[in-house]
Amino acid sequence: MGAALPVVKALRAFLPERAILHDEEDTRPYECDGLTAYRQLPMVVALPETEEQVQRILKVCASMGIPVVPRGAGTGLSGGALPPGDGVLLSMAKFMRVLHIDPLARVAVVQPGVRNAVVSELAAPFGLYYAPDPSSQIACTIGGNVSENSGGVHCLKYGLTLHNVLGVRGFTIDGEPLELGGAAPDAPGYDLLALAIGSEGMLMVVTEVTLKLLPKPQCARVIMASFDDVEKAGAAVADVIGAGIVPAGLEMMDRPATHAVEQYVHAGYDLDAAAILLCESDGTAEEVEDEIARMKAILERAGATRMTVSRDEAERLRFWSGRKAAFPAVGRISPDYYCMDGTIPRKRLGEVLNFIAALEKKYGLRCPNVFHAGDGNLHPLILFDANDADQLHRTEQFAAEVLEKCVEVGGTITGEHGVGVEKINQMCVQFRPPELELFRAVKRAFDPSGLLNPGKAVPTLARCAEYGGMRVRGGKLPHPELPRF
Amino acid sequence: MTLEHFQDRIRAAAANGEKLCLRGGGTKDFYGNTPSGEIVDTRGYAGIVAYEPSELVVTARCGTPLAELENILAQNGQCLPFEPPHFGDAATVGGCIAAGLSGPGRAAAGALRDFVLGIKLIDGRAQALAFGGQVMKNVAGYDVSRLIAGSLGTLGLIAEVSLKLAPRPQSGATLRLEMPQMRALETMNRWAGQPLPVSASAWHDGELMVRLSGSTAGVRAAAAKIGGEAVGEPPWSGIREHTDPFFAGSEPLWRLSLPSTAPALPLEGRQLLEWNGSLRWLKSGIDPAVVREAAQRVKGNATLFRAEQKSGNCFAPLAPVLERVHRELKAAFDPAGIFNRGRLLPGL
Repeated sequence: MGAALPVVKALRAFLPERAILHDEEDTRPYECDGLTAYRQLPMVVALPETEEQVQRILKVCASMGIPVVPRGAGTGLSGGALPPGDGVLLSMAKFMRVLHIDPLARVAVVQPGVRNAVVSELAAPFGLYYAPDPSSQIACTIGGNVSENSGGVHCLKYGLTLHNVLGVRGFTIDGEPLELGGAAPDAPGYDLLALAIGSEGMLMVVTEVTLKLLPKPQCARVIMASFDDVEKAGAAVADVIGAGIVPAGLEMMDRPATHAVEQYVHAGYDLDAAAILLCESDGTAEEVEDEIARMKAILERAGATRMTVSRDEAERLRFWSGRKAAFPAVGRISPDYYCMDGTIPRKRLGEVLNFIAALEKKYGLRCPNVFHAGDGNLHPLILFDANDADQLHRTEQFAAEVLEKCVEVGGTITGEHGVGVEKINQMCVQFRPPELELFRAVKRAFDPSGLLNPGKAVPTLARCAEYGGMRVRGGKLPHPELPRF
Repeated sequence: MTLEHFQDRIRAAAANGEKLCLRGGGTKDFYGNTPSGEIVDTRGYAGIVAYEPSELVVTARCGTPLAELENILAQNGQCLPFEPPHFGDAATVGGCIAAGLSGPGRAAAGALRDFVLGIKLIDGRAQALAFGGQVMKNVAGYDVSRLIAGSLGTLGLIAEVSLKLAPRPQSGATLRLEMPQMRALETMNRWAGQPLPVSASAWHDGELMVRLSGSTAGVRAAAAKIGGEAVGEPPWSGIREHTDPFFAGSEPLWRLSLPSTAPALPLEGRQLLEWNGSLRWLKSGIDPAVVREAAQRVKGNATLFRAEQKSGNCFAPLAPVLERVHRELKAAFDPAGIFNRGRLLPGL
């Protein structure tokens, strides 16, 4: 049936049969990404293997007015790769080659389908690694990381994808080749590379990425510190940073989260603590010894009830294993969970956690918290059962309230997972119409016909007006200046 | 002064077809293509809006003197890790962000744009727009604040900026080693690939200077490993501010941005290397086409940074598709084309 589609015929002119999927049994695996609540069968899936094929697919689709949605490994949590029912899902999965590693220049040139963890594995013999380490790093791809500006647990010291990508190469929706940034710093003109990173695949299709590699720290040790109160743990984080220390990693988990994790991975967490902090130092042996001693003293003064410092690499990895496995661990104690991704100024942590605790009561749902404490990125996990329509509804309301609270305290609705389709309504809370209009103009500068990943990340003003209409707060509409429909 | 003051001025300019030159202390008037238009002085809109050291973030208004901001940060043991050049006492925060220039710390700590978290901008429609914020991780919407960093005021008036900070290093040391350029290039890159606290590097005339920053213990250990001779008066502020004797003289100054491992470029004139070799300053009166071609051949680009006479575009030309995107973005932010015309790209 799909074989009769004009776009399939056009793609067959230059793609082998195995690179075009259109039967339901073949396209079904692509119906969603990591946000499984949203599903849509793509009309066609294309699996190109060369840059030239990507360019021709884009030209064909642009000329036929067919939407294109790029996809990496499909691990994204915001529905950024949700397929178009009337378009082509462009899977970059076959772009799996590491093209070049230059140890002296500390640069890796890779294709977008290369998995994040592979880069560090291949750079390891040279004493180098790629710093961003999202929890999904064994599966997620560099192309997806570029789309979402992915973070990880070491962002505070080593930055996000944005800080570790030197250049990208690819095409506009019209098939025009684009090269942004490169191994030389400070490309002339506007910083279009910054715009492309985190653009959720809406500005260009990336076919090659130049990554910055860093020297692997000689050693790393982590302190696991227990607190009898979540707010005390939050204050301890501020004390560490206020003392002029930038830890390599600084993570917090509350008691419900450590309990869920401990059953699953046996990381050795203190189950009596109201919250635990993982506080890592890396560098030369001298630096680490010095920094660990300073951090221990600060945490002690801040009221840590127990502290354990990792004795060796195996123990360090075990302490981290619990944090990295937090999502799947929570997946085992609840039929479903909903992961949020707000970022807040750290000093508002206590207030936001109390707010979440109150919502747990209000909606009758549990919500463990894991927190990238160093950079203010909060991942509350609402536990629910998707088979219960009312629970799903309550979860959505719960999540919306949390994200709006993040904006209210001066934070953001998404720290690293992206807006996608999931948080598109909250964009109306984060931004006012003039900024949203500008985002749309930015998109038009790259994609005048609006065919690349349409409907994601940036809401229309009409959609915001509708959402605002549903959410009247204190008698005030969020956007009184908008016409109502 | 209030934001409304700027908004009124911009609205009037758009209505009357005037061109505006957005300007702080004017310390970087020499940079980019020659400024034109009626001057809008941003210095009246000054002050720190928010600063909490434990959040590692500061928010400042555009007219705040850069030196004043850095002093306040220093009093709290913090700094701008990209070490922006001032090029004069009158330098402002707004001008610093608009120019987008980073100093000696760039290769190790990151570029100015890496530390921009949020910007409040007045666009060509006189709208006050807010992008990004005060938090380190934020992927809501396109990263417009980093697009604005380094746009030389062509997209709007930067009214306010939030920057990520870093603690000032506990201790530091500068070492001097004698070696020829090719060996210096290899050495700088090799050290950058090792877990050493190298925070800046520079080579000129057979001398390699290396700065170490970090914990006292870490710096001591690294200094022993690297060797060389300790330098009492480090050159870094002279290199950053171009007061170092290298920058004296009336020949044009070129800024070559190259992959750090690009070989030594045999161009006539004097050279000073920074950033492990990825920034090369050239004092030379040779044909601009020769300089540009040499940079391009090694996948870099050349900017005519300072010259008594500039004609045409002092930046490397853009590929046609990129130039089109630039013009579309300019039209989106500044539809009437009133801000800093031609400063970044002729006609833009």
